[in-house]
Amino acid sequence: MSIRRRIATVVAAFAVFAIAVMIWAPTVGSTPISLARAFDRSIPWDDNIDAQIFFVARLPRVLAGGLVGATLAAAGVVLQALLRNPLATPFTLGVSAGASLGAMLAVTMRLELSVLGITSIPLASFAGSLVATAIVYALASSQRRGLSTNVLLLAGVTLNAFFSALILFVQYLADFAEALRAIRWMMGGLDVASYVPIVAALPLIFISFGAFAMMTRTLNLLSVGTEAAAARGVNIVGAQRLAFISASLATGAAVSLGGPIGFIGIIVPHLVRLMIGSDHRIVLPASALFGAAFLVLCDLAARTVMSPLEIPVGVVTALIGGPFFLWLLVKRS
Amino acid sequence: MTKHANTKNTKVTKTSTKPIILAAQKSVFVLTFVFFGSFVFAFSAQTPPRRIFSLVPNVTEILFAIGAGPQVVAVSNYDVEPPEVRSLPTVGALIDPDTEKIISLRPDLVITYGSQTELQDQLKRTSIPFFDYRHGGLDHVMVTMRALGARTGHVDQAETVARRLQAAIDAVKARVAGKPRPRTLLVFGREPGSLRNIYASAGRGFLHDMLVVAGGEDVLNDIDKEAAQISTEMILARKPDVILELNAANRLNDVDLKAVTDPWMKLSSVPAVRNKRVIVLNGPGLTVPGPRVIEGIEKMARALHP
Repeated sequence: MSIRRRIATVVAAFAVFAIAVMIWAPTVGSTPISLARAFDRSIPWDDNIDAQIFFVARLPRVLAGGLVGATLAAAGVVLQALLRNPLATPFTLGVSAGASLGAMLAVTMRLELSVLGITSIPLASFAGSLVATAIVYALASSQRRGLSTNVLLLAGVTLNAFFSALILFVQYLADFAEALRAIRWMMGGLDVASYVPIVAALPLIFISFGAFAMMTRTLNLLSVGTEAAAARGVNIVGAQRLAFISASLATGAAVSLGGPIGFIGIIVPHLVRLMIGSDHRIVLPASALFGAAFLVLCDLAARTVMSPLEIPVGVVTALIGGPFFLWLLVKRS
Repeated sequence: MTKHANTKNTKVTKTSTKPIILAAQKSVFVLTFVFFGSFVFAFSAQTPPRRIFSLVPNVTEILFAIGAGPQVVAVSNYDVEPPEVRSLPTVGALIDPDTEKIISLRPDLVITYGSQTELQDQLKRTSIPFFDYRHGGLDHVMVTMRALGARTGHVDQAETVARRLQAAIDAVKARVAGKPRPRTLLVFGREPGSLRNIYASAGRGFLHDMLVVAGGEDVLNDIDKEAAQISTEMILARKPDVILELNAANRLNDVDLKAVTDPWMKLSSVPAVRNKRVIVLNGPGLTVPGPRVIEGIEKMARALHP
């Protein structure tokens, strides 16, 4: 089978799975609804509870889950290749800690501004992720020869710790209700009940995915080594910059939409590699599709398992992801 | 017969002289101990604490309400009510009590919260008495009033205040009795400008009790928790007749009020939204477990039964 055929077949299979999950997920939930009633246009909107449960409560949740899952998984693939480190996640370089600090400040300062319907917490968390990205980028490119992945990694890890300390400090000064709200935000949540935040996150994620699509071959070479990639004529510095910035921006947008939902960015890429090898031309789209389906399914568990109570979706991904990843690790070695 | 009995008795006495003497000695010792103990206790009960440190703001309010205000000499960082406390020195708060300062300022009673076990251990070590408080249901406010009255030497005043509060609560109960009880969602927190991370009062606890007294039926009755995070799907499915939302702002103008209630409009199939019964209860201290709780209950009752 030619490589093109293989890419097409595998990606199509993953796409079918992801689409099936995303069609099925909004039809189930903690409340039984009648789909016939939900899609019945003759019932006035204000009287149609089934339609509102479907279109206001569930569909935005599923779409947000799909978007966030796809982004975090794809960004994980990109960063693992860029840093040549299998333990890298979209949050390794400080993006999520910056976002969390932003959200924390918005909560404790009781910011209530909104821009084009986007509310203060998503705005502040996105701003925080931009600040973190800028700092890490500035540190890593301060050396003469382009971007140093070692510095990138160390700067990211240190910035994570530093921002975490700031988060704890702000949390300590905050009162209880605020601290609780901020902690809850950090557990991740996809019950957006509105399409506005999804639409707001889309452009940046879309552009980043465009960048990802262009660099699959480069990522293959980069993950082997920068010398080998340079020998093949890759503009190393340019590729590294593009990879870092696009992955960070996409992660920032995803985190501002769903909170820092962990494990997706590391579990999904490894699982996909285990299934289909390590060619980024397949791994990247397959991870994005599988990440979307995985997060939508985790959120489905989050909203149904303990109903009427909800489990924070970040807790579900960690509870499923942690043991699963360890099993994977043992099995491989 | 009598002789016989006497001899028997003597015999018995003779054989068990030693243990009896021992027991007598013991009981004298115990009696003395009890006597002096009760004397110390009586003495200490006669001199109520004069230097009370309160680390729990709602208990501070209760202390002032029962007439123990003049004995309160230091409060927590978060105390603002009654206004008299704003000029008092502060000694930390729930998670960060300033233990060193508290001990060095020699209080003779410290009001601690149940979870402050480290502080309590320190106080025990330095023999400083403390009153261990924990939040409970609505009835617990009256219980706390009486317990503090006994502890601070204001038994009668505390009794009066507790009875008056109970009477006011009963009056609200009587007023709403027999009226249809609207199924109510009592929201106390959510992400501003959206319907994300909604926290509501659930099937038990202080807020739940307030809502029940005010004549509402808690729409989350079946959740055996004080508070629950609730999804938009659950709100749509439970169809509350009224949504009461607590807001700490002192005053809300029409623009602010619209900004607060607007996100709810998305759930237009919910009876509360359709019938314009999303009601914002604003003002600080609406739900403080203390003497002001009746204001909150009355506000709720007016909102539920206009």
